[in-house]
Amino acid sequence: MAVELLTLLFNGLAYGVLLFLMAIGLSVTMGMMNFVNLAHGAFAMLGGYLGISLTTRAGVPFLAALPLVFVAVGAVGAGIEVTLYRRFYRSPQLTHVLFTIGLTFMAVAGATYVWGSQIAAMRVPDWLIGQTMFLGLQVGSYRLFLLLVGGAIALALVFGLERTRFGAMVRATVDNRRMAQSLGIDVGRVFSLTFALGSGLAGLGGALAVNFLGGIQPAFPLGYLLVYFLIVVTVGGLGSTLGALAAALLLGLADAAAKFYAPVIASFAIYLVMVVLLMWRPHGILGRR
Amino acid sequence: MESIAPGAGFERRSRLRAGEVLLWLAIAAAPLYVPGHLVLASQILITALFALSLDLLLGYGGMISLGHAAYFGTGAYTAGLLAQHGWSEPISGLVAAMLVAAALGFAASFVIVRLSGVALLMVTLGLGLLLFELANALADITGGSDGLQGVEIAPLLGLFGFDMVGRTGFVYAYLVALGAFALVRRIVHSPFGLSLQGYRENPARMAQIGAPMAARLRLVNTISAGLAGLAGGLLAQTTQFVGLDALGFERSAEVVIILILGGGGRLYGGLVGALVFMIGRDVLSEANPEYWYFWLGLILVLVVLFMPQGILGGGAALLVRLRGRAALGEAAR
Repeated sequence: MAVELLTLLFNGLAYGVLLFLMAIGLSVTMGMMNFVNLAHGAFAMLGGYLGISLTTRAGVPFLAALPLVFVAVGAVGAGIEVTLYRRFYRSPQLTHVLFTIGLTFMAVAGATYVWGSQIAAMRVPDWLIGQTMFLGLQVGSYRLFLLLVGGAIALALVFGLERTRFGAMVRATVDNRRMAQSLGIDVGRVFSLTFALGSGLAGLGGALAVNFLGGIQPAFPLGYLLVYFLIVVTVGGLGSTLGALAAALLLGLADAAAKFYAPVIASFAIYLVMVVLLMWRPHGILGRR
Repeated sequence: MESIAPGAGFERRSRLRAGEVLLWLAIAAAPLYVPGHLVLASQILITALFALSLDLLLGYGGMISLGHAAYFGTGAYTAGLLAQHGWSEPISGLVAAMLVAAALGFAASFVIVRLSGVALLMVTLGLGLLLFELANALADITGGSDGLQGVEIAPLLGLFGFDMVGRTGFVYAYLVALGAFALVRRIVHSPFGLSLQGYRENPARMAQIGAPMAARLRLVNTISAGLAGLAGGLLAQTTQFVGLDALGFERSAEVVIILILGGGGRLYGGLVGALVFMIGRDVLSEANPEYWYFWLGLILVLVVLFMPQGILGGGAALLVRLRGRAALGEAAR
């Protein structure tokens, strides 16, 4: 019983870390510009497919492919931000929603065209397959890897946002864009960089997610993933890194527990919890506004 | 200068125009010029009705909903389940579909009027997905992903059977859609409809002039949900089938797209959008069903970039410009 519970805890945390990686960019960019980017999941999908192509077709080692995916998806994100998104920051939110849904639909069809509509899986190195002993617990090697890598990145992010000059600029912009601008912070540049970083992390998360979820499909950014992202962002509070981390871990744990104990109601219970949470605190658990 | 009675503006704006009569006559004549496409024609009418229900909420009231399919699907399942369990009389089934969806809309409205912005987006999205997953989980009742089988609808008024050509279905959908448009037309030209538009333009000011907006928003959400349920019930009865996609996110997204494409906040925006969208889908997905979503996405991106007021809004702006130019030419002469 205790072992079962610990395994569940472990798997839930691994999933939560993954969700955090994929959603943190959305949280920060939404907090900063109030831009509702429903296409964020498309970056995760792109990362997943790029990872698959790099490792299986181009023969790049798994560990080398991950940073490549991060850089490539980040560059794509920056390109889209500069050419398209920038002109919509002053538009109403309905415009954001429509525009980014349109982009997502195009990305899904594009992925179907390039990679086919079948589930695509990724080959990982042998040392990531099977089980490992960790703190006296028999756990999946890949999940352990995920938890360590994701945990390290999450820590680096929190540290970077709290302790570096750039992090301070990001936080200032999220808090009050106008005031930050009057203090001489180049808000546009800070936002572009943050957006690139966030998309890169989504891509990295997507690449890591392929093996965890057992493969991905082109409809990946439309389904439950979009909702999970939005849950992490809204429940965690816009622009709050720690809030997003807490929400992602909770969601991961809740998902793992619900799927294990009550698989039938799990799928809709999660939405019920979200609606209730948002009614109770419309600006997130740790949100201030 | 003649004195103008208060409310004269309303009367002028709400007067029935010749164009509208011609439009509905043209639709009624569809069996004459597209006799082979009556099923598609009914689906366009149903989609237009669904978009009209959203227009009331989003176009006039300014409230975003990403889960409007919840009401559409509720109506569809209500009508479908009634018929499956032996209640095959269509009109009462349709009324039931509308009432159940309206009741759901009324219940949801207590949550919805408290929220705005991203939280509103999330909650409407969440409610839509909640119902979708619920219907999926209750496969014993709804048939799950196989859909609701064995929906038998009795002949309309005991006289006209629903056939494969879709003649009865078309007339039925036409009459219901006509009635719904007449109702919404009446609503948007009433003081209630104007206060909705006031809320869309400036919620803070509506509060300042003391308009009881919470109650009005609850009412419009209920009406909108009922109309969406009506559309869903119509689809279930005319196709004699209900699939899970009646509740899906794609349907919620599609109806927003259709409304924006046609032009939100205009009575016929949904109808024009549905016409263009459904015919476009018919043509484009025939050529390449897998990539239909690519074209859909592209249309959406282009509309947002270049025609934010939709087809009707863009057309109206063009007309004003042409008229302005003509007036200028006249002045020069």
